[in-house]
Amino acid sequence: MSGDVCIVGIGIHPFGRTDGVSGLDQGVFAVRQALADAGVEWPDIQFAYGGSDAAGNPDTMVDRLGLTGVQFINVRNGCAAGGSALFSAQMAIKSGEFDIGIAVGFDKHPRGAFNALPSEYNLPDWYGDAGYMVTTQFFANKITRYMHLHGISRTTLGRVAEKAFRNAVHAPHAWRREPVALEEILEGAMVSDPYSKYMFCSPAEGGVALILASEKKARELGKPIIRLKAAAMRTRPPKSFEVFAPSIEIGGGTATATQIASAAAFEMAGIGPQDIAIAQLQDTECGAEIMHMAENGFCRDGEQERWLAEGLTEIGGKLPVNTDGGCLACGEPIGASGLRQVYENVVQLRGDGGGRQVQGDPKTAYTHVYGAPGVSAVTILER
Amino acid sequence: MRDIAEGLFTAENPPRLIGGREKDTGRIVFPCPPGDRFEPHALPRTGTLWSYTIQRFRPKTPPYSGPESFRPWAVGYVELPGEVIVETRLANVAFEDIKIGMDLEMTLVPLDPDAADPVLIHAFQPVGATA
Repeated sequence: MSGDVCIVGIGIHPFGRTDGVSGLDQGVFAVRQALADAGVEWPDIQFAYGGSDAAGNPDTMVDRLGLTGVQFINVRNGCAAGGSALFSAQMAIKSGEFDIGIAVGFDKHPRGAFNALPSEYNLPDWYGDAGYMVTTQFFANKITRYMHLHGISRTTLGRVAEKAFRNAVHAPHAWRREPVALEEILEGAMVSDPYSKYMFCSPAEGGVALILASEKKARELGKPIIRLKAAAMRTRPPKSFEVFAPSIEIGGGTATATQIASAAAFEMAGIGPQDIAIAQLQDTECGAEIMHMAENGFCRDGEQERWLAEGLTEIGGKLPVNTDGGCLACGEPIGASGLRQVYENVVQLRGDGGGRQVQGDPKTAYTHVYGAPGVSAVTILER
Repeated sequence: MRDIAEGLFTAENPPRLIGGREKDTGRIVFPCPPGDRFEPHALPRTGTLWSYTIQRFRPKTPPYSGPESFRPWAVGYVELPGEVIVETRLANVAFEDIKIGMDLEMTLVPLDPDAADPVLIHAFQPVGATA
């Protein structure tokens, strides 16, 4: 195939809580919106990859969309489910086998923290009995260590949440769209120190669909050409520190799946972090955004303290981060979360961001997902 | 009183954690995995605090099997020099006195202090501290 893989249609079902609508139907909603956006019909779609962690088999949505016999492959890949669906869809077009297809992700999680059992993670029962199967403990331990090593203050964590809720005011698909004052964030009920309740995202619901096409097909459709310059997914290297770890090797916590996914994506795209105009970074909690700024190469460890104080990651800043409020404001339906980031970047690159639009005609945009069990997925878009 | 699981602590007084040493590489992990790649290995009794947090809500049951009543607890990681960093409760220390780098030693604490026949879990405490 000559040319790049392009994103020609986008659709999203609002994130948050939608009682009475299944996760699958939120995915179908997103697909229909994406088809309309691209100006194509379901029978035009040659293949689909679908990701869902807890809301059923994505391929069953052919019941709703039409029994066209389309090739439909389900993807279940932890927190990288959406990113993996997108990566696979991209490869299907790159191979020359197909001209147009879809990556869709959706989910619908129960309220409250994810309810994990030791046996699902190859861990002994005592680990759960004693109260260690709690994801928030991991996130809090990880940031406490990072703050100690790199001089990050709790106020800086608060600024991340403050920015998320402020940005989400202008994002119709976001869940928590009311601004929250920094003092309220810092003084909110504590979940796991140093994090208050405002500093963690919540499991949620939502669906996102992206239609991908060859460059030739994209030109026929007459849509703005948004090129997927890189999509990379990586698993954890030695010396990483992941959720549900009864032990860590000495010197651990220094290498991450994010670092290697990011480096691979930049190499594919032939550009570097300094060339990126907008970034959507995994923000399961405030500290994740902070750490991921450095792990993705946008700043050095410790510089986040100044970046946040000076507003460099605000919509009007040097590198706007999480322009739709990220996971903190949208919640985290696992199968849809990574695709939401790409959706937001397409909106921004088309100039359709309304009150949250990044000014200056941005040409490059970056997404990053990280999650259990130590997986990361990165994309780079160019217009 | 009984241990929460077999093969986690040595029978010494005071006890040590039992990790696993990978026979091929010498790498040390905790707990000792089943199978024959690892052999049991008693870990150092003292170390320094690597990181920590305070668990402020009662974890979901299942899998948590502690008491219905809940008081926040400290949980973190302790670096056992030259061997491995282990996850553990922190005991017999006020939350505000917890500092990364502090010297700690292993102890056993009841999962439910009010139980008639408590189950014991591992914890680390400031060296020389008592309940």
